[in-house]
Amino acid sequence: MSATFLLDGRAIPFSEGQTILQAAVAAGAYIPHLCFHPDFKPHGSCKVCTVKVGGRQSASCTTAAAAGAVVESDTPAINAERLALVQMLFVEGNHFCPSCEKSGDCKLQATACDLGMVSPHFDHFFPDRPVDASHPDLLLDFNRCILCSLCVRASRDVDGKNAFALAGRGLRTRLIVNSRTGRLVDSDVSAGDRAVHVCPVGVILPKRRGFSVPLGRRVFDLKPISAVADASAQIEER
Amino acid sequence: MTPDPAEAAATAMARHRHDPHELLQVLREVQESCGWITPEAIDCIQARLGLPRSKILGVATFYSFLHINPCGRYRILFSDNITDRMLGNQVLLDRMCRNLWIERGKVSEDGLVSVDSTSCTGLCDQGPAILVNGIAITRLSEARVDEICDLVREQIPVGDWPAEFFRVDENIHRRDVLLGTPWLPGAALQAAMARGTEALIGEMKASRLRGRGGAGFPAGLKWQACRDAPGKARYLVCNADEGEPGNFKDRVLLATAADAVIEGMTLGALATGAWRGFIYLRGEYRFLLGHLEGVLERRRAAGLLGESILGREGFDFDVAIHVGAGAYVCGEESALIESLEGKRGTPRNRPPYPVTHGYLGQPTVVNNVETFASSCLVALKGGAWYADIGTRESSGTKLLCVSGDCARPGIYEYPFGVEVRQVLEDCGARKTKAVQVSGPSGACVPAAEFGRRIGFEDLPTAGALMVFDESRDMFQVARNFVHFFAHESCGFCTPCRVGTSLLTQMMDKLANGHGSPYDFAEIEKMNLILQSMSHCGLGHSACNPVLTTIAKFRPAYLRRLAHEEFEPAFDLDRALGAARQMTGRDDPAAHVLPEEAT
Amino acid sequence: MSILDIDERLFTLLDKVEFDRSPITDIKEVGECDVGIIEGGLCNAENVEVLREFRRRCKVLVALGACAINGGLPAQRNHLSLPLLLQEVYRSEPGAEYGLIPNDPELPLPLNKVHPLHEVVRIDHFIPGCPPSADAIWQVLTGLLEGREHPLDHSLIHFD
Repeated sequence: MSATFLLDGRAIPFSEGQTILQAAVAAGAYIPHLCFHPDFKPHGSCKVCTVKVGGRQSASCTTAAAAGAVVESDTPAINAERLALVQMLFVEGNHFCPSCEKSGDCKLQATACDLGMVSPHFDHFFPDRPVDASHPDLLLDFNRCILCSLCVRASRDVDGKNAFALAGRGLRTRLIVNSRTGRLVDSDVSAGDRAVHVCPVGVILPKRRGFSVPLGRRVFDLKPISAVADASAQIEER
Repeated sequence: MTPDPAEAAATAMARHRHDPHELLQVLREVQESCGWITPEAIDCIQARLGLPRSKILGVATFYSFLHINPCGRYRILFSDNITDRMLGNQVLLDRMCRNLWIERGKVSEDGLVSVDSTSCTGLCDQGPAILVNGIAITRLSEARVDEICDLVREQIPVGDWPAEFFRVDENIHRRDVLLGTPWLPGAALQAAMARGTEALIGEMKASRLRGRGGAGFPAGLKWQACRDAPGKARYLVCNADEGEPGNFKDRVLLATAADAVIEGMTLGALATGAWRGFIYLRGEYRFLLGHLEGVLERRRAAGLLGESILGREGFDFDVAIHVGAGAYVCGEESALIESLEGKRGTPRNRPPYPVTHGYLGQPTVVNNVETFASSCLVALKGGAWYADIGTRESSGTKLLCVSGDCARPGIYEYPFGVEVRQVLEDCGARKTKAVQVSGPSGACVPAAEFGRRIGFEDLPTAGALMVFDESRDMFQVARNFVHFFAHESCGFCTPCRVGTSLLTQMMDKLANGHGSPYDFAEIEKMNLILQSMSHCGLGHSACNPVLTTIAKFRPAYLRRLAHEEFEPAFDLDRALGAARQMTGRDDPAAHVLPEEAT
Repeated sequence: MSILDIDERLFTLLDKVEFDRSPITDIKEVGECDVGIIEGGLCNAENVEVLREFRRRCKVLVALGACAINGGLPAQRNHLSLPLLLQEVYRSEPGAEYGLIPNDPELPLPLNKVHPLHEVVRIDHFIPGCPPSADAIWQVLTGLLEGREHPLDHSLIHFD
C-alpha cells in the first residue's frame, strides 16, 4: 500500500521522491503543463502546472508529493491564472498556428484550447526572431519558442551533446545553438537526437515532412490534451 | 592598447586555476581587459575549461556588464534609480548623448563610446551616479558631463581621469553600536575561541540576530543548521550583491568596516566548520575590490585567515572575492550560488535550501554583509547584551540608507524600533509625502503612517529608505520600480519574464495618457498573477510598488485614467508616420483623428 | 465569408436578425446594431476607421478569425520596419515600374505594424480559427441571441 495525496478529491498514489505532477501523470491524472516531460528532471519554469497545496500556490512539477496532502488544481481561479500564463506565451513569441506544421500536435495550442483561450488578450510583442534552415534535415523556427528548455535538457542529459542552451536574460531570453557560427548545421545535432523530438511546440521540426498527417487528424484534434494520457510521448512519435 | 583576447583569457583562466566554476570571473576579467568578450576569447575558454560554447554564451549574455559584441571603448552607464531621476539624471544623460553625438543605447560609429542607463548603482546619497567601464563616478553635474565628454573625445584612459570624479563618500550621519565600535582585528575571534564553538552558536542564538538582507532568518539557527547538515565541505558566503535600489549600507560597511565583515565570516567558519568563504561583491562596487583584497591580505599576514587561524590547529579558513557583473537577481541566495558556480544567475527550486545543498551542493551559509559584521558584536559582548538592543522580534541595530528629498542623505544606524518620523527628522526631510522602505520590493509609507517602526514586527527592511516630498508623483515612482524589475527579471519563469514586461507596458500606457478603467483593472490582475505564480521573490515583489502605491496613493492612478472607453496603448496617428513620410502625404486621409474628435 | 459556412442555419438566423452593413447586403455605412462581427487584422488607416465606427455603432463586437484575433499572416511583417518593406516592394523589386511608392489619397496608408482588433478597441467576444468553424460561429451567434454568458465551448476552440 503506497502513500497517496488528494488531487481535486482523487487519491493519487506516489512513491518517495516523486513530485505532485510526476505522480499525477503516472496515475493518468491531468494537470496542465508545458515545460514538464515525464522522462526529464522537472524544471519548474513555465508555471502552468501551478497548484494550490495547503493554501499556497506552487509549481506541481517541482513540489514534492506528500502523504495526505490536499492539492487543488482544476479550479476556476487557478485555471484563470494558467490561461493568463498561456496568453503571455502567445504574445511573447510569434505564434501563427495556421502556418505551423506542429498545429494539432502542439502542447501550447492544445493547452490553450483546453483552458478556453479564445484570444491572446494582451498586447503582442511581435519580437524579431530568426529562423535557422541551415541544417539538411532540421528546421529551427525560434518564433515559436516558449523557453521550456526541454531540448536543452534532452541534449545534455540524453544525447550528451549540449547542443542547445538558453542565453540572454528577462524578456530577451532566447534559445541558442552550440556552434561557433550559432547555426544548427555547424553543431553536432543530428535528426536522430532525442533533443530534436521533445519540443512541445513547433521550434524544432524535421524537414520534408510537411503535413504527413493532415490537419484535423492530429493528436489533439482527436482528443483534448486533458484526455490524452501520454501526450508527451504521442507528439514525440509523430 | 587592447590586449590580445586569447592572452587575456589565458591569464584570467590561470588566475582562477582553470576551474570551470570560475567562468563568470574569467569572463569578467576578459571583459575588463579587452572591452568585450571576443569570439577568440571564447574559443580559448571553451578549449581550456572544457565547457560547451553555448554555456559560455548563456552565462556571458545573462549579465548586463558583459558584452559579446563590441560595445565602445568607453562604456558609460547612468544609474537610473528614482533618486537619480529626482537629481536630474535624464537631463544629464541627454546632454551627454548630444555632446558626444550619439544615440542612447547605441555605440558611436567609430566604436569609441556608448551611453545607456543601468539599475541603481548604490550611490543614491551622492548621485546622480554613473559607471564608466565599470567604475563609479559620483555627483554628476552639467559641468562634469562636459568634462567627461572631453576626456572621452581625447581618449584619455579612465585611470588618468581626475581622482575627484571617483570620490565616494561614506556619509555616516548616525552611529550606534555597529558603526560606533572601533574594530580591533581578531578581538571578536579571540573572544569566541575563548568561549568555545558550542558557546558561540549559543550566543548567536541568544542574540536573536536576524538576517539583515531583508528576509530576517535567525543567523544562529542558520549557522547551526549548516554545521549539522551532512556534507563533504562547508561554505560561507557574504552576500554583498547589494542590488536593491536605494540600498548602499553594504558599500559603506565594506569601505569602513571590512575587518568586521570578514571577521564575522571567520566567526561563521568557526561555528560551522566551513573551510572557504566568498564575498559576492556586486559588479557596481568593483571600485572596492582593491581595498578588500588589501584587507584580506593583511588579515592573512596577521594569522586571522588561512591555515591554523590564531594558532589553532585545524582552524583553516580563507575568503575569496567573487565580483558580480550586473544582475540584481543574484542577490537571491540560490541565484547567487548559481552565479558563484559560474552559471547563469537563475534562482533554484527550493527546497532544498542552501544551508544543506548550497555551493557545489554542499552545506552553505549565505548571510548579508551587515549580519556578519553584527555577529562580531555578539562574539565580543555576548548574546544577551545584543538581544537587549532593539525590540523583541528585532534585536540589535539597523543601518538605514537614506536618500531622496532630505538635507542629509547617507547612513543612519538606529536600534530597531525607530519610528519613520524620527529618521525623517534626523535627515532633515521636509514636507515629506511618503517614504519607500526597503526599496522597490518593500513598502510605500505615506505621511499618515510615519509613526510606524522599522523592524520585523512592522516595517522589515534591507536598509533603503527613500524620501519623497510633496512635489513627487508616486505613480512615477512606482513606474520606475516596475521598469527596474522588468530589466532585472532573470527570464526563467513565464509570469515574471513576460508579466513584468507587460506591467511596464501597462504603466507606460497610463503615463502616456492612453489609460482607461480597463487598464487599471488589468494592472490589478497582473499584480495578482505575479504574486501567486512567480518562481522567486523578484516576481513576487515586482508588483509591490504598484500594489502599495495603489493602496496609498490611488488618486495618482485614477488621475491617469483619462479615457472612459478602452484606448490603444500606442498613438494611432503616429502609427501612420512612417507611411506618411515614405509617401510624402499629409492629406486628411493620411491621419487618424483621436476618438474624441471624431 | 466563413459565416456562410453555417449553411442552411443561415435561414434560421435570418428569422431572428436583420443584416446591416455586410457582404450580403452591400451597405457601406454602419447603422446602430446589436452585434458587429469583424474579421481581419488592422493593417491600414481605413481598417482603423471602420473598426472604430463598428465599435461606436455596435453594442457587442465579435472578432472573427485568426487575423482579427492575433494579426494572423499579415502580422508576419511586424518584425520588419515599414519603410524597409515599402522600399523592398516598390523600389527594389524587379518590375516595380516607376520605383515610386503609391501616394494616391484614395489609398489607405499602412500602419507601422499590423494589430489584432483587441489592441485598438474593446472586443466582447472572439471566435478563433483559420477559418473559424461553422459550429463555433453558430454557437456564438445563438449564444448572443439567447444571452448566454459563455458563448463558446472549449471543444469548438481551434486556432488553425
